[in-house]
Amino acid sequence: MAFLSYLANGISLGSVYAIIALGYTMVYGIAKMLNFAHGDVIMVGAYIAFCATSYLGLPSIVAILLAMAVCTILGITIEGLAYKPLRAAPSLAVLITAIGVSYFLQNAALLIWGSAPKSFPSLVGIPPLKLFEGQLIITGEAIVTVIACIVIMIGLTLFTGKTRMGKAMRAVSEDKGAAQLMGINVNHTISVTFAIGSALAAIAGVLLCSAYPVLLPTTGSMPGIKAFTAAVFGGIGSIPGAMVGGILLGIIEIFGKAYISTQLADAIVFSVLIIVLLVKPTGLLGKAINEKV
Amino acid sequence: MMKKKILSAVLALSMVAALAGCGGASSSAPSAGAPAPSSEAASGAPASEAPAAPSEEAVKIGFIGPLTGGAAIYGTAAKNGAQIAVDEINALGGMQFAFNPQDDEHDAEKSVNAYNALKDWGMQILCGTVTTSPCVAVGAEAYADRVFALTPSASSTTVIEGKDNMFQMCFTDPNQGIASAQYIAEQKLGTKIAVIYNNADAYSTGIYEKFASEAANQGLEIVSTTTFTDDTATDFSVQITDAKNAGADLLFLPIYYTPASLILTQAKGMDYSPKVFGVDGMDGILTLENFDTALAEGVMLLTPFAADASDDRTAAFTKKYNEQFGETPNQFAADAYDCIYAIYEACQKAGITADMPAADVCEKMIATFTAGDFSFDGLTGEGMTWAATGEVSKAPKGMVIQNGAYVGM
Repeated sequence: MAFLSYLANGISLGSVYAIIALGYTMVYGIAKMLNFAHGDVIMVGAYIAFCATSYLGLPSIVAILLAMAVCTILGITIEGLAYKPLRAAPSLAVLITAIGVSYFLQNAALLIWGSAPKSFPSLVGIPPLKLFEGQLIITGEAIVTVIACIVIMIGLTLFTGKTRMGKAMRAVSEDKGAAQLMGINVNHTISVTFAIGSALAAIAGVLLCSAYPVLLPTTGSMPGIKAFTAAVFGGIGSIPGAMVGGILLGIIEIFGKAYISTQLADAIVFSVLIIVLLVKPTGLLGKAINEKV
Repeated sequence: MMKKKILSAVLALSMVAALAGCGGASSSAPSAGAPAPSSEAASGAPASEAPAAPSEEAVKIGFIGPLTGGAAIYGTAAKNGAQIAVDEINALGGMQFAFNPQDDEHDAEKSVNAYNALKDWGMQILCGTVTTSPCVAVGAEAYADRVFALTPSASSTTVIEGKDNMFQMCFTDPNQGIASAQYIAEQKLGTKIAVIYNNADAYSTGIYEKFASEAANQGLEIVSTTTFTDDTATDFSVQITDAKNAGADLLFLPIYYTPASLILTQAKGMDYSPKVFGVDGMDGILTLENFDTALAEGVMLLTPFAADASDDRTAAFTKKYNEQFGETPNQFAADAYDCIYAIYEACQKAGITADMPAADVCEKMIATFTAGDFSFDGLTGEGMTWAATGEVSKAPKGMVIQNGAYVGM
């Protein structure tokens, strides 16, 4: 029974990582850049939802939509101000800029909301599921997170595969220059990618803080790094890969803690990552793409 | 091209501004020691109740703590508590204190910078620093410079080890661990104990180790010991399941209140409700914004101070703190308040005057604090005495949270 309970907790934690990883992988897959500020957009989303429910008294669903709207605008603004001017710059410059944006967001949150932690009210109104006479408890947050994760994954796969904008995204992903020659507005396409990624970040923020209800300006950074790991684990750029990577990472983390040692939790997670990358350098579901020289 | 020009202009301007800032600070620092004593006292004690014309020059007390950043809740509370004590003392007439609080953001390097700024100001006694790791760094400097320091809350033994000038107002970490185990055994709070501690934190680990060895002496059985680090402080389901399956009836949490609030929330989600026993880091859980205090109902902790205590001094302090800062003081505020009064009493006993160099003040204060007949009554304990190591002796009080407030046990 303990095994099932650990498995449920692992899937629940992994689904949060997976939703964040979907945002990472989406931006990486299309804009070919690592948006290290993604974790901090999650934090901003959570703060917006917190303010909307606790200070303005708005209902959960409105708070989530508001957080998504604010994060979308924030994502487009960040992309326009910080990343767009560096479109032709080497990728290292963009990476450093992304780290700069990450610190900027953290410190801005520190100024606006202060350093004291806030207790996040769960926006999920579903009671926990009790199985086997209460021996196995699955929280409402876990159920919603897993469902949201699957829905988002399917939604994104359909979007990139079937829609015009999705086609444009794939074209930009393969070759920006050629896409532009074919009449695709590259800047617009990348902006839309950021908008979607940031809206996902808002959802991830709300779900993360509903499950683990402490909100700090640094709340997004560690889950952000874990989710990035998950995206690499599953094969960065691959949408199903991000989901598989996230859930596996969550399960490994919980099992590592439960059956090996709570002290070595992170060491175990990252050792697994190293082993996977040694055997399969593109990640579990990543495609081997030959670098264009 | 245009953009680059604008950018370089902005950069150049900001560098000029930064240089000007440096120049301003260094040129004004030496002169700060010179101006008339009355203006110093006034700046230290902005409250109107300060006496019109202090007869003596003010003794310069420096304060260092995290006023911004992640640990700001501790530094700000300590600063506010100390400020109240300084205002009260200055209002009494007689010996005057000039108080200069500096921010270190809970960062050892910034703390040493703050210490150097205070030295330039002419600090004679240091009240600080508030948090442990900066205190270790500043302690080394203060020891070399012979500056007397009394920290309100840096509780690790590394703060005072081998430094005769460093004194503590709070219990040391090992003492908290030992006292907690003894208290649990004496009050028969539980027999099967689970511990969750932060193995990346010296404070938490220090308490846990002493607790574990003392628990064995007291015949308490530790059935589950699990850990986390700052990076894994989100999901505690494994730790809680382990404690639950081991049949623990008491959960000992030698950790800060932020992870503790997560543990309480998740334990409730798992239908596990053991007795919970915390340490002074648990203080603050009730001030966590939006926290459902029902979750902390029945949580016990050892703390030297309870804001709801009925004695006159505590009541007066709590009232004043509430009026000035709009919140209930925690033990950091009380510790810092006591620090200033202990310094005040020792200064009077040792005959410290404002014109003494810091090194002379240091020797006299050390002699006074360690003298057998010096004992201090404050908000956080009665009859406190200090050993030559700098360690304080005082009895912890057991507190329990009932209806969202601390109540003495």
